[in-house]
Amino acid sequence: MSLLPYFVAGWLLLIGCFGVVRSRDLVHTVVCVAIAQSGTYVLLLSIGFQYGASAPVQGAPGPVVDPVVQALTLTDIVVSATVTALLLALVIQIAKRTDTVDPDELDELRG
Amino acid sequence: MTRSARWIVFWLGAGGVGVLIVLALLKMPSFGGLVHPYRELSVPAAIGRSSPNIVSSVNFDQRALDTLGEETILLGSVVGAAALLRPSKDEREQLDQDEGRVLEATKLLGYLLLPVTLIVGADVVTHGHLTPGGGFQGGVVLATAVHLLYVAGSYKMLRRVRPKSWYQVAEAVAAGAFVVLGLVGLLLTGAFLANIFPRGVLGDLFSSGTVFYLNVAVGAEVTSGVVVLLSGFLAQALSVREVR
Repeated sequence: MSLLPYFVAGWLLLIGCFGVVRSRDLVHTVVCVAIAQSGTYVLLLSIGFQYGASAPVQGAPGPVVDPVVQALTLTDIVVSATVTALLLALVIQIAKRTDTVDPDELDELRG
Repeated sequence: MTRSARWIVFWLGAGGVGVLIVLALLKMPSFGGLVHPYRELSVPAAIGRSSPNIVSSVNFDQRALDTLGEETILLGSVVGAAALLRPSKDEREQLDQDEGRVLEATKLLGYLLLPVTLIVGADVVTHGHLTPGGGFQGGVVLATAVHLLYVAGSYKMLRRVRPKSWYQVAEAVAAGAFVVLGLVGLLLTGAFLANIFPRGVLGDLFSSGTVFYLNVAVGAEVTSGVVVLLSGFLAQALSVREVR
């Protein structure tokens, strides 16, 4: 099944979105957003992968895997971490101001 | 929106996206294949600039402008989180006298690992152009080392050894240093973030030109950024109390 890793990436994106919709707790929502984004890591890394190739550091034996997508994945991880931090800070503010972290209750409070 | 309406919207959207993803992926080249056009271009470029870690060369030389953007996102997010997490006007910082007990084994392990983690972090940052690693990864390791003080010692000890304002200044200076290095390149060669320093011998510590210095700048920024972020979250959990 030579396309399986790509489908895993698509699955992670959709299951992350599913979790966001199903969520009853904003911290859970933030983690689901991070999972949806991790689909892009899997997609990028599987595009650059080659059977039998080693890590993209010179001196490694044989061919190396694609370093450009690995660099993109690193950027992606940093962005994901910063987004998660910012969203968690927002959750703390929401919890303080409304005394709840359930998205449905927020909806009812604000009408 | 009611929950059932939200589910209908989700299944319609997810179904559409899912069909598009499957249609797109069926046309992808087979996983693990031999054709990698980006690799054929970036590997010779990295070796030509004495940077054995090709990922670092891509991040800090071949597409350093993107990394500047990435670093700015990090800076923006730290500033945003720090603004959101600062105590409001009816909150004060109060330290609990009783901080609970730390297991002796945890203390021992924490204090033993603290210097080791600092050295590993510094190693990962400074050898970022030679071996797997770099400023981002090493910065996170260094920030973790600082927080071993909290795990093994106490929150008070962490606050004494970690003056938050220093890290805020360090973060801004490190982010500025990246831009300054880019501007020096612009002045000397006409290209922003050009690799201006001597490339050195492949495999030496001071080789690969600007990659080394950009790695150190990013390492300092990530360390300070993570420390400032975690200090905000820790203060919210441990010391910020509402006063009436």
